[in-house]
Amino acid sequence: MTPAVALVPYDEAVARYEPVIGLETHVELGTVSKMFCGCPAGFGAEPNAAVCPVCLGLPGSLPVANRAAIEYTIRIGLALNCSIASWCRFARKNYFYPDMPKDFQISQYDEPLCTDGWLDVTVDGAAFRIGIERVHLEEDTGKSLHVGGATGRIHGADYSLVDYNRAGIPLVEVVTKPVPGTGALAPLVARGYVTELREVLRALGVSDVRMEEGSLRCDVNTSLSPAGSGVWGTRTETKNVNSLRSVERAVRSEIERQAAVLDAGGRVVQETRHFQEESGLTTPGRSKEEAQDYRYFPEPDLVPVAPSAEWVEQLRATLPELPAARRARLRADWELPDADMAALGNAGALDLVEATVAAGATPAGARKWWLGELSRHANESGVELAALAVTPAQVARIAELASGALNDKLARQVLDGVLAGQGSPDEIVAARRLAVVSDDATLLAAVDAAIAANPEVATRIRAGKTAAAGALVGAVMKATRGQADAARVRELVLQRLSQP
Amino acid sequence: MGGELTRMTAAGIAASVAAGDVSAVEVTRAHLDRIEAVDAGLHAFLHVAADGALRAARAVDERRAAGQPLGPLAGVPVALKDVFTTTDMPTTCGSRILAGWRPPYDATVTKRLRRAGLVILGKTNMDEFAMGSSTENSAFGPSRNPWDLRRVPGGSSGGSAAAVAAFEAPLGVGTDTGGSIRQPGAVCGIVGVKPTYGGSSRYGVVAFASSLDTPGPLARTVLDAALLHEAMSGHDPRDSTSVDAPVPPVVAAARQADVAGLRIGVVTELGGEGYQPGVTARFAEAVELLESLGAKISEVSCPHFSYALPAYYLIAPSECSSNLARFDAMRYGLRVGDDGTRSAEEVMSLTRAAGFGAEVKRRIMLGTYALSSGYYDAYYGKAQQVRTLITRDFDAAFEQVDVLISPATPTTAFPLGERVDDPMAMYLADLCTIPSDLAGNAALSVPCGLAPEDGLPVGLQIMAPVLADDRLYRVAAAVEAALDQRRGHPLLDEATGLDEEAAR
Repeated sequence: MTPAVALVPYDEAVARYEPVIGLETHVELGTVSKMFCGCPAGFGAEPNAAVCPVCLGLPGSLPVANRAAIEYTIRIGLALNCSIASWCRFARKNYFYPDMPKDFQISQYDEPLCTDGWLDVTVDGAAFRIGIERVHLEEDTGKSLHVGGATGRIHGADYSLVDYNRAGIPLVEVVTKPVPGTGALAPLVARGYVTELREVLRALGVSDVRMEEGSLRCDVNTSLSPAGSGVWGTRTETKNVNSLRSVERAVRSEIERQAAVLDAGGRVVQETRHFQEESGLTTPGRSKEEAQDYRYFPEPDLVPVAPSAEWVEQLRATLPELPAARRARLRADWELPDADMAALGNAGALDLVEATVAAGATPAGARKWWLGELSRHANESGVELAALAVTPAQVARIAELASGALNDKLARQVLDGVLAGQGSPDEIVAARRLAVVSDDATLLAAVDAAIAANPEVATRIRAGKTAAAGALVGAVMKATRGQADAARVRELVLQRLSQP
Repeated sequence: MGGELTRMTAAGIAASVAAGDVSAVEVTRAHLDRIEAVDAGLHAFLHVAADGALRAARAVDERRAAGQPLGPLAGVPVALKDVFTTTDMPTTCGSRILAGWRPPYDATVTKRLRRAGLVILGKTNMDEFAMGSSTENSAFGPSRNPWDLRRVPGGSSGGSAAAVAAFEAPLGVGTDTGGSIRQPGAVCGIVGVKPTYGGSSRYGVVAFASSLDTPGPLARTVLDAALLHEAMSGHDPRDSTSVDAPVPPVVAAARQADVAGLRIGVVTELGGEGYQPGVTARFAEAVELLESLGAKISEVSCPHFSYALPAYYLIAPSECSSNLARFDAMRYGLRVGDDGTRSAEEVMSLTRAAGFGAEVKRRIMLGTYALSSGYYDAYYGKAQQVRTLITRDFDAAFEQVDVLISPATPTTAFPLGERVDDPMAMYLADLCTIPSDLAGNAALSVPCGLAPEDGLPVGLQIMAPVLADDRLYRVAAAVEAALDQRRGHPLLDEATGLDEEAAR
C-alpha cells in the first residue's frame, strides 16, 4: 500500500516555486569486451557465463583498461563540448554489496576524463543550454534478482540470485550541472535533455541506449526554491526512472511533492527516492544524510590515463554529424515546418525520411507516409518504425505511385501488400492490377449510371448544393472498385450536372 | 645420494639434469624426502604437492629424452609462497578465510615457472595475506628458522625462506611489500631479492598492497637467485603496472661478480642506534670488504627515510582495506552464519570476523580510517607525499653513487612469540627494507656473516635504481664470493638448528 502523499497541483507549485533540476545518466557502452577484461560485453548470455577471474574479482586478478571504452568516453565528451583531461586516474569506490565482485567499483572520482561541457535542448520552441559537469568512465556491477518479498528489493526477499555477466561492462556517467530557470517547463526540459543525449549517443554509435534494457539509466535530481528567492533548496535524487516519459513524470511528481512539504512549513530531506511507474509518485529510499563513506582513492592496479592532444584530435575527427546540426541541415534542405521536424525526431523517423528522400521521394511525401500510415502500422503492431518490413526505397516508390499512377487509397493497398511480404510495390501493383481509371469515357459512363441511380442527389446538386457530389463520387468509386481518380470523378459529376 | 642432491645449487641441478647425470624425478624425490624428514619441525610448507611435482619432473625428463631444449632451470624444484594462485593446489594466503580455496587460474609467475620446467614442490607458509615479519600471523601456525627452531624465519615469505635455508628446496618464490622477501632472506642466511616494482607480474598474486607488492626470488646463492629472477620476470599484459622493458641482465651480472670502480653509498639513516651490535659489526666488515674489492665507498644521507615506516603503515593498510574487501563469503572461501535467518550483510560480517586474524583486522581498520572522508588528506594523502620525498631521496642518492647499502634488518632472527603482542616492535623488522618498496626500486639482501652474540645470520642490503636490478647481483655476487672464500665453505653449512632438533 502506498502511503498517502500530499501533493500541490502542478500549476500552483511552479507558480510559487522555482525548480532546479539535474540529471545523472549512466550509459552502458557497446564495446565488444568488458571494461577491464576480455569477456564479451553484450546481452543475452546465460547467467554467469560471460565471466572470468577478472570480472569476478577473484583473488589475485587484475584489471587492464579497455582502450576502446576510453575512446568512446572521449568521443562522448567531445560531442558534449567538454574539455578532455590530459591526465587522469581511475579511483576505487568502496562499499560492500553482493553484486559487486570486488566490493569496490572502479570508477573515477576527482579526476574525470571529460569536464565542463554543454548540450542544447529545445522545448516548445524555447532553447536551453544544459551545462555538463563531467563525463566519467566506470565499470558496471552485477545484477541482483531478489526472489520473494513484495518489493523486489533486497529487504524482505527470501533469497537473492546474482548474475555477474553485467559486472565489468563499461559504463559512462554523464552528470549535468544544476539547471535553474526552466520554470514550469522543468519536466519537459529534463525529458528533452535525455532525449537529446540519447540521440547524441546513438549518432556516436557508442551504445544501444535502450532505457528499457537498462543500457541507459537515469537519476533525476530535483529541488525547489521559493520563486524569486534565488536560494536553492535541498535536492532529492530519484532513481528507477526507466523511460523518457518517466523522466518527465518523476520531475513533475517531485515538484508537486516538495511544494507540499514546503507549503506545510516542512523541510525537504536530502535523500534517494524511487520512482513508481504505476502511481507516478516517488517513494523514499536511502537518506543521503546518513550516506556511506565510499573512501575513494586512486586505483593502484591501473596506470593513469593520459590522452595526448594528438589522440584527442584524431578522435574529434571521427565524430559524426551530431543530431542538432543534422536537424538544422535537414530542416533547411526539406523546408519542413519546425513542428514536422520535431514530430519526425520524436518518432525516430529522421533516418528513415532521409533515406526515403534519398531514394527519390519529396520530403513532404516521405514525411506524410512515415508519420501517417507507417506510424499507424507501427503503433498497431507495437514495433519501432525502423522495424517495419518496408524499406525507405519502397516507401519512396509508393509515394511516387500515389502522386501519379495510383490514388492514396490504392497506394495504401500497395503498402499493405509490401508489409504483408507480398513483394515489391511494383510487383503488387502488377499482381493486383491496380491502376487509376483516368479514361474519361469510362468514367463518364459510370458517372451517368450513378446520376441515373440517384436522381434526388442529382437534383440537389443541380440546385447548387455541390457538397452533395460526394455521394455520387462514392458511388462511382464503388463501381470502379476504388480505381478511379476521385478528383477527376468529382469534376466530371459537377460538369455533368452543371449543364443546362 | 638424496642428501647430496638437496645440497646442490639450482644451477648445479639444472646442469646435471641437462647433462643426464641425474633425472629431474630423482632430484624431486630427494627434495620431497627432505621435506618429509624435516618439515614437521620446520613447518615451511602449507601444502606439499608430491604427485604434481613428480609429474612435472617426469615431463622434464621426457623432454630431455626426446632431445628437446631445456630451459636454464628445467628440473629444479621450487617452493612457492601460498599467495600465488595455482590451479592444482590450494591457495590460502595463510588465512582461514581462504582455507581450501582452489583458484581456477594460475598466476603469471606460476605459469612462467611451469613453462620453464621448474618443479613446484608445494605452497609455503606466510603471514596472513603477507602481513607480518615472522609467519606468526599465519592462521596455520608459524614456520621456524632452520638456524634455531625457537626463532622466527622472518616474514611474510618466511615459509619459502625457511624451505630454501633448510635444503627442502633450492629455490623459493616470495613477495615483497615492505621487506617480505629480503627480511626473511636475511634472517635465514640466504639471498632474497625484491626486483624493481613491475619487473615481475602481480597477476595471480593475491593482493596485499597493490602499489607495493613485488614477487621475487629466494635462493642459497646469488647466481641461483639471478636465474630464478630471470625465469619469473618480464612484461605481462595482464598487469597494467608491469614494466614493458627487457629484464635487466641479472644472470650476467651475477657471473660478473665485480665491484671494482663501483660507487657505493652507505645510507646514514639506516644504522646506528637501535641496531643489534652484531648486525652493525658485520655490516661494517662488509663495507670494508667492498672497499678492499675496489669499490668507492661514501656516506649518503637520505633524510626522508626516517618517515618511511609511518608512511608505509598508512599506504599499505589503506590499499589492503580495499583489496581485502572482496572476502565477503559470497563467491568463494569461508562462509559463516548462513543459516537462512541472516542477511547477506550479517553473513559478510560474521565471516570476516571469524576468517581474518588480528593483524589483518588491525590493518583493515587502520586503512579504513586513513581513507575515510575528512582524514584522507591528513593520512593517505600525506603519506603519498612522503613517498614522493623518499623517491626523490633515492634519485638524488643515485646521482652520486651506483648502489646504496645498509643492513637488511636491525636485528637477527628474534624468538617466536617475542613480538606477537607488540606490533610496533614487529613493524621495526622492516625498517631498512621499506624505503625501496615505497620508491619501487630494486633491492636485495645477501648474507654477510653471523652476529657474534647469537650466532645468527646478518643480511647486507643492496639497493639499486629502478630497472638497474643487475647492479644488485654484481655487488652481492662479489660479497658472496669473497666471504665464501674467506670462510672456506658456504654460510649455511653452519646452520645446525635442524640437527640440534634431531639430536634432541
